Amino acid sequence: MSRRVGIEVSIAVAEAVRLADVDVVAAYPITPQTHIIEHISELIATGQLDANFIPVESEHAAMSCCCGSSAAGARTFTSSSSQGLLLMSEVLFIPGPLRLPIVMVVADRALSAPINIWNDHQDIMSQRDIGWIQTFAQNGQEAFDLTLHAFRVAEDRRVSLPMIVTIDGFILSHVIEPVKLLTQEEVNQYLPPFKPRYRLDPKRPITMGPVGIPEVYTEAKVAHNEALKASKKVILQGWKEFADLFGRQYHPVETYRSEDADILLVTMGSISETAIGAVDAMRDRGQKVGLARILLWRPFPGPEFRRATRGAKALAVVDRCLPPGATSGPVGTELRSLFYKVPGAPKIFNFIAGLGGRDVRVKHLEEMVDKTMAYIKRRPKELYEVIGAHEK
Amino acid sequence: MPDTEAIVGWKTITFGCHILEPGSSAKFMTGDWRSQRPVLDKEKCIRCGICWIYCPDMAYSRTQDGYYEVDMDYCKGCGICAHECPRGAITMVPEEL
Repeated sequence: MSRRVGIEVSIAVAEAVRLADVDVVAAYPITPQTHIIEHISELIATGQLDANFIPVESEHAAMSCCCGSSAAGARTFTSSSSQGLLLMSEVLFIPGPLRLPIVMVVADRALSAPINIWNDHQDIMSQRDIGWIQTFAQNGQEAFDLTLHAFRVAEDRRVSLPMIVTIDGFILSHVIEPVKLLTQEEVNQYLPPFKPRYRLDPKRPITMGPVGIPEVYTEAKVAHNEALKASKKVILQGWKEFADLFGRQYHPVETYRSEDADILLVTMGSISETAIGAVDAMRDRGQKVGLARILLWRPFPGPEFRRATRGAKALAVVDRCLPPGATSGPVGTELRSLFYKVPGAPKIFNFIAGLGGRDVRVKHLEEMVDKTMAYIKRRPKELYEVIGAHEK
Repeated sequence: MPDTEAIVGWKTITFGCHILEPGSSAKFMTGDWRSQRPVLDKEKCIRCGICWIYCPDMAYSRTQDGYYEVDMDYCKGCGICAHECPRGAITMVPEEL
C-alpha cells in the first residue's frame, strides 16, 4: 500500500528515481537541485539503489554522460537548475533528435546577472525549444508522480524522447509536503523495464549522431518534431493508466472553477496553488474568475488549452520570466500565437511576476485580474507589464 | 553549387537518424569536394609511402609495383600528401570543370 508521508519534495523526487530503478545518474550539484542528487548518491552509496553515479566535472559533462548511457540502453536520470541547465544547453538539443529517453528534473531558478539562487522560470523558458517533453509540477505529489510518469512516457518505444519534469526551486524543492509514496510493487505495475529500440552494442554496431547533410537535415528535424507532437497521445495514456492504478488523474491543462468564468488566470508550477486561493477569494466576492494551469508545456497542448478556456472573455497570463526586448513573456507569446485570428478567442493580457524569488501572493493575482477587467474595456498601451516592479 | 534536394523523407528516415549499417561511410564519395588533384611524378618518387601514411582520408593504396595511387572517389584534394612528400614528387593541379 502506498503511504502518505511528510517529506521534502527533493527527497520525494529522489525516491521516485529509486523506485524507477535507474541504471545511471550523471549530475553536477547546483542550488536548488542539490538535495535531489545528494539523496540519490546516498541511496547508491548505501546500496539501496543499484546504479552507477557519475560525479562529473560540469553540467555539460553530465548531459554528455547521460546521452552516452541512454544510448547504451541504460535508464538514465539527471537533475539541474539555472546556470547549470544553461551550461548543459549545447548538449540538451542532442538527445531529442537522437531519441534518447533521458529523464531530468529541473528545479527552477533565476539566471544571473545579478546572481540569484531563488525561484522563477527563466532557466527552463530559455531551454523550451530543446525538443524535450516538458511538464510542470505544482506541488510535491505531482513532482513525485510526474517523475515516474516521465520514465514511463519517455521510454515508451512510440515516444523515445527525453523528458523534463519542472519543479519550482525552494518553493517545492526544499519544502516538506505530504506526499503519497508508491511502493516498489505499485511502481513495477506502472513502469516496465527499459527496452530501447536501438542501443550501442559492439556486437551489433550502429552509428548514433552522424552528420546530417543539407539533403537530410530538414527531414531529421521534421521527424523529431513529429515524434514530439505525437508523444501527446502516450503522455495522456500514461496519465490515464496512472489514474486507473493510483487514483490521481492529470491533464495537459488543469482547470479550477473555470466553467462559467469570464476571466481565467493562466499559470504554471507552484503559484497555481496560490492562484486557487485567489480564485476562491474572488469567487466569494462574486467575481467570475477561474484558473487554467498549463501542466504540459512541450508539446504544447493547443486543442486542450482552447477547450479549457472556451467561453472566457479574457486570459490573465502569468509569466515568471522576463525576456528582454521580446513582445511579451514566453507563455504570453505562445498563447497569443495559439489564439491569433481564432473566432471567439479570449483577449490575452500578459503579466510578468515572481522573478528571482519575489513572492507572488493572492493580492498580486487579484491585481492581475482587476487589471484584466479594466483592459477588456480599454486596451493597455503595452503588450505586457511587470507586476510589483517599484519605480522609485 | 550542387542541388540540395532531400534524399530521404521524414517518414522514412531511420529512427533517430541512426545509421544501422556499419562501415557505410565508404559509400559516401567525398572526392567531389575536390578543387585540385595530386599528380605523381614517378621519376622523383622513392616509394617511401609517406603520402599513404599522411593521407587523412586513407585514399592512397599501395600498387603491385610499390608505388602509391590515389582513389579519386575519396581524395578531397587537401594537398597534405604533396606537402609531406620528401622528394617533391607530388604536385597539386587544379581540377578542370
